[in-house]
Formats: sequence, C-alpha cells, structure tokens
Amino acid sequence: MMMRSAYEVFRKDVHSEFRTRYAMNALIMFVIVALSIILFSIGDESVTPGVLSGILWVIIFFSGMSGLSRSFVSEEERGTVLTLQLLTEPSAVYAGKLLFNLILTVSLNLFIAVMYVLLVQQFVVQSPAIFWVTILLGSAGIAAAATILAAIIAKANTKGTLYPVLAFPIMLPLLLTVMNATRLATEGAPFSEAAGEFQVLVAYTVVVIAVSVILFDFVWKD
Amino acid sequence: MIRSTTGKALLSIWLTLVIVAGLAMPMVPVPRTWYELPWIPGLEQKARIILFHVPMAWVTLVAFISAMVYGIQFLKTKNLDYDLKSVNAAGLGTVFCILATVTGSIWAKFNWGSFWNWDPRETSIFILLLIYGAYFALRSSIEGAEKRAALSAAYSIIAGVTAPFFIFVMPRIMSGLHPGAKGDEGGAAPVAQLHMPPNMLVVFFASLLGFTMLYVWLFSVRMRISKLEEHH
Repeated sequence: MMMRSAYEVFRKDVHSEFRTRYAMNALIMFVIVALSIILFSIGDESVTPGVLSGILWVIIFFSGMSGLSRSFVSEEERGTVLTLQLLTEPSAVYAGKLLFNLILTVSLNLFIAVMYVLLVQQFVVQSPAIFWVTILLGSAGIAAAATILAAIIAKANTKGTLYPVLAFPIMLPLLLTVMNATRLATEGAPFSEAAGEFQVLVAYTVVVIAVSVILFDFVWKD
Repeated sequence: MIRSTTGKALLSIWLTLVIVAGLAMPMVPVPRTWYELPWIPGLEQKARIILFHVPMAWVTLVAFISAMVYGIQFLKTKNLDYDLKSVNAAGLGTVFCILATVTGSIWAKFNWGSFWNWDPRETSIFILLLIYGAYFALRSSIEGAEKRAALSAAYSIIAGVTAPFFIFVMPRIMSGLHPGAKGDEGGAAPVAQLHMPPNMLVVFFASLLGFTMLYVWLFSVRMRISKLEEHH
C-alpha cells in the first residue's frame, strides 16, 4: 500500500516535470553556464587534478542546490500540500520525493560528469571505475540530504538563499569524501584504495535516509 | 543550586582560582614543587592556552548536543518550553564557539605561523559555527512558533547525525597540527591531554568543570530572561 502510493507520488512528479520541463531546462542551462565560466577562467593555465576534482563537485553541489528544492517548494507554491497530506501518509510522500530526487540527481550528475570529462581536457580520469562509482554514490548521498532539507525550507520564507546555507554543513562530510575519491580516480589509484571512501558514502546515505524517515512526519505535518 | 547566591559566589571563586592558577603557575625546566609546571620546548608560555581554549571548545559541543536533545524532547512533547531551552543553548553555544575559534586562531598565529591552517579540528569548529549560523538563519525565516520549533529541531538533529562523519572523513584527507591528530605520537586518541603532568591536569579539569558550570549558570539566566520576555 505504502509502496504503491509512494510510486504514485513519484509518477505525479515525473508527469508534472515532463509537462513543464522546469527542472530539466533550468538545470541543463545552469550546468552549461557554470561549465563555460570554469572553462573561461581556466584558459590555458595548467591546473592540478586535485583542484579540478574539487571544481567538478562545486558544479554538482550548486546545480543540485538550484534544482532539488523544487520537489517540496513547488507543492507549497501550488498549494497542493494539503491535498497530499489528506490523500497519502507522510512516509509515502517522502519515499516518492526521494525517488524522484534520486533519479533527477543521478541523471543530472552523469550529464555533468560526461560534459566535464569531455570539455575540461586537463581532467583525465585514470581509474574510471572509481570515478563513476563516486559519481553514483555521491549523487545518492546528495539526493538523500537534499530531500529532507527541501522539505524543511519549503516552509520557510527565504527558500532560495537558505537552501545552500542549510545544506553546506550537512553535506560537507560527503563533499570532502567525493572530492578525495575523485582525486584518487585522476591519480589512477587501484579500486581498493577508494574502498574506505565508498564505505563512508554508503554509511552517510543510509544514516541520512534513516533520520529523514523518522523526522519527516514532524516536518511535513502542519 | 546555581540560582542561589552561594552557588554564584562559589562559581566566581572557582573560576577566579582557575584563571589565576592557569596564568600564574610558573613554568620551569624541571618542576620541583607542586605549583610549578614543566617548560615544554617549542610551546613555552603558550602551553597555557590548553587550560582555557579546550574548555571553551568543550562547552561549544555540550551546548550543541543539549540544543539537539531539547529539540528531540520538543518533537516528542510539543512543549514550547523545550524549544526555548534549545534556542538558548544554541545561542550560548554560538558565543563559546566564536570564543574558541578566536582564541585558537590567535594562538595558531604565534605557534603555527598563520591564523588559519584548515587543520581537522579547526575545520570541525568552523563547521560547528556554520551549523549554528544555519540554525539561526532557518529560525528567523519561519513564522509560527510551533513550525519554527519543529523545523529547527529537525535541522539540529540532521546536523547532529551527519557531523560525526567528520571523525572518519578528516583523517583520510588532511594531516593535523593539533595533538591527537594523524601522525602524532599519541595516535588518534581523543584525549591527548593525558600527557600533562598531574598538577596541570588538576587545573585543566577544574577549568573544564568551571566553564561547564559557567555555561549552566548563563543558561539558567537566559532562560529566566526569555521567560520574562514571553510574559510581556
């Protein structure tokens, strides 16, 4: 029952996304703008792989921050919160939104990563396995933290500016880990060397989702 | 207990003694009497910071954890008194966090050569400062006391469960300058102060206790002020 309603919430979000293409259009433009600024500022300078790994995650963090709050803010703006509260239980709403954000983040970050590898010539991935696993696990962690924070800021007045402010201290352990793992990937480290990073990423995602499930009732209900 | 005049007097005498002891106990190469501290090469008089800076950082952490625990209690009971406790604990925590950051930073300039080095513990206190900042930014942008209390409690809990990840993440990424950091002789032990001589250890724990009681007293004063404000 809960799985079914969660899936329905997810399907509703996918439908409204494909109808307006709000998130997709804005986010793809955001990524292109951010990438061009990076490319212009690099010019013909030689930049170390460590710095380039950091810049990749700066783009990913801020593109997530500009798109992922939509999931709850749009419900608040369209006044559909009450309807959802009446129709389904909170855990189903949370699961549906998490799934939507997860798929959005993974596909967006894969797009960013591909563009970054293609466009930034000095960024050479020597261990593709580490790199792509980092992108996937990092996206999952970002989606997990972003979903509960989006539910929180949807009730606040200054939504747009508050979101990265709240998210940064929460996501910093994740960001430091993925940046380190990406640096390992550019150095051509063997897969086993990044195992510790992957453990941290999985643990982080699981802990954040578990806490979110507990807290969501209090955040969602008025 | 702290409300009473005796408690206040005891606390001020206690802290005065700690400060006098911390500043005035002479440092000599070979300590002979009970009041002499060892002269640590490379640290000299600068070693005294541990008696004041560490208690400040400790109170910052105590305040953060109590703000989170009061937040959990608010979510359980929906009693707004707990939210008041939570916000007062966080407010005091911010003050102590700034004090710990500033004292540590000034000390770092003289001992490590620059005000800020992104050493793991400097980074952790910076994160704590950011969390406190975000907590108050969130509070000021929500109308409605109940909603504000619930959301800020939720945020403090999320911050409380993700912050411990730094313990695992930091050592993998950076080497540290603080005692107890990676590569330090004592390993990654959280209480590296155990290398202190016994008389310094007594002053250290007296200071730790004094600062904690100072926090408890300030907290009770602030609670009374905010209760009075509520009634007007």
